[in-house]
Amino acid sequence: MSATGFQELEQAPPRMSSRLEGELMEVSMGPQHPSTHGVFRMNVALEGEIVRKLKPVFGYLHRNHEKIGENASYLGSMPYTDRLDYFCSMTNNWAYALSVEKLAGIEVPERAEYLRVILAELTRLQNHASLLGFLLSDMGAWGTPLMYAFREREKILDLFESLSGSRMMCDYMRFGGCRVDAGEDWLGRAKKIVDAFPKFLDEFEQLILSNEIVIARTQEVGKLSTDLAIGAGITGPMLRACGVNYDIRKVDGYGIYPRFKFRVPLGDHGDTYDRLMMRALEMRESIGILNQAFEQIPAGPIMNPKVKIRAFKPPVGEAYGRIEGPKGELGFYLISDGSANPYRYRVRPPSFINLTILEDLCLGHTVADVMVILGSIDIVMGEVDR
Amino acid sequence: MESLEQIEARAEAAVPGAKIDIIANPGPANQPSLLIDNEHAAAVAQFLRDDPALRFDFCSNATGVDWLDRTVKKTTKIKQLVDGVEKEVSETTEEFFDGYLEAVYHLYSIALKHGPVIIRLRTTDRAVGARLPSLTPIWRSAEFQEREIFDLYGVRFDGHPDLRRILMWDEFEDHPMRKDYREPDDFEYEPTPHDEVLERAKQHYSARPQLDGAEKLTAEQ
Repeated sequence: MSATGFQELEQAPPRMSSRLEGELMEVSMGPQHPSTHGVFRMNVALEGEIVRKLKPVFGYLHRNHEKIGENASYLGSMPYTDRLDYFCSMTNNWAYALSVEKLAGIEVPERAEYLRVILAELTRLQNHASLLGFLLSDMGAWGTPLMYAFREREKILDLFESLSGSRMMCDYMRFGGCRVDAGEDWLGRAKKIVDAFPKFLDEFEQLILSNEIVIARTQEVGKLSTDLAIGAGITGPMLRACGVNYDIRKVDGYGIYPRFKFRVPLGDHGDTYDRLMMRALEMRESIGILNQAFEQIPAGPIMNPKVKIRAFKPPVGEAYGRIEGPKGELGFYLISDGSANPYRYRVRPPSFINLTILEDLCLGHTVADVMVILGSIDIVMGEVDR
Repeated sequence: MESLEQIEARAEAAVPGAKIDIIANPGPANQPSLLIDNEHAAAVAQFLRDDPALRFDFCSNATGVDWLDRTVKKTTKIKQLVDGVEKEVSETTEEFFDGYLEAVYHLYSIALKHGPVIIRLRTTDRAVGARLPSLTPIWRSAEFQEREIFDLYGVRFDGHPDLRRILMWDEFEDHPMRKDYREPDDFEYEPTPHDEVLERAKQHYSARPQLDGAEKLTAEQ
């Protein structure tokens, strides 16, 4: 033995033994994490930096929306639907109103249908714009792209505010029509904003979609196969990014969508870049629909006068109504027992079901990619947890 | 798309022994559904998914419904001889129906762009631990939704790959979407051995009341 004792150390096996290889480390990502878009947690098993297992954990924002809906009157649930996906209260309102209209067999006047289309497409614009901003922010482009997107979103929220009185919790639609009419000046302002939107899109797309870092971070990341997407009930832009032509506006033709000419953008690869691209392309189509709606909108009543909104009692029966929300298929399933509140009130939340395949998308990718993949799914926890 | 009667007949022919009933929907929505017996549910679901004329490859919505026990009162007028004079007397009969839990699936076809076909599965009773076959092996989209039904209604799905609570926390005991669910006063409250506290706890956990007005639910009668 040497005087210093170093010899022993040299003979000892290396401390970082190869036994660590293949060892999994469990990390709890969230619930308080800026990239989880709310309070959402993932239990991740990591091998080095590679994800080997991922289990999403929900429920931090659970308030049993469906039970509240069963105890509230039909009208009373309308403002609650705003709180599901708080980015898109207009489309939530529409999906619920559509289901109640199916349940009770209510007709909607022409002008109200046009107003619904205009507001739903404006919602789609602001949802997709802010999603792109958030996604870029998740990739590390802090601030700037998000602020660009929010600047446009702000203009649309101002429109919502001047029409419905609220920026996000609009509570605008009613069964059999809409709550307040839009004046000519409002339509003029909306048209101006929509006309200016393509310029923003051009600028934004130039900034981000051909950016080298964005391409490196998104292409071939989180690839989703067509079969898995259909089997797992993925809807909306995520499904169409896999090349599946399924847009409920075309398939069901609810409201007055068959009157509008628009194309359904489809992806080729189903990776994160395609999902990102899908949003950009859908915004262009929405602008087309909006321009047609501004041209065609007729004068007339906005409420069906036969509908008794207060003390509303639909006949016994059940109905499932669905629309193409910005995030995917948003459905409401209602069972009526003939009383003033629904016997069963069910929300089919698109972002909840789109999370089913989160693990499949993330396996084999690094932790940093998990955030990008999650961002491209487009979730809002108000809707996931209900 | 074929009519629901045709689908029912073909499914019964394709899956020997399957018992399928059509549940009418009286409302204006006109969305009747198929009630499938639990034993053959997976086979019938597979038929619905794979049959080339149907191809319901997309299970959009899966959810639970709680139907309570109920008595249906029927009043019939019969003619009776009372003291030699014929009189009309109304007679009330009561019929008792057991409650059950139900899982409802809304199916669409992405390949052929039709739908919906609605299928229902029913448990025999409302006991905790009532069982149904899982359709997650057929449609992966039912995975989280069946977990949600288990969490909120307490239906156990046989064959589900990962049946855990999803919205409530794991230690939670009851199933909050059941119609007779009663919220605790305080989730963090533990009774301490004081008379009044114990009394309060006893009152709170007394027998659950049944809902009134459930006899109106004549969706399937």
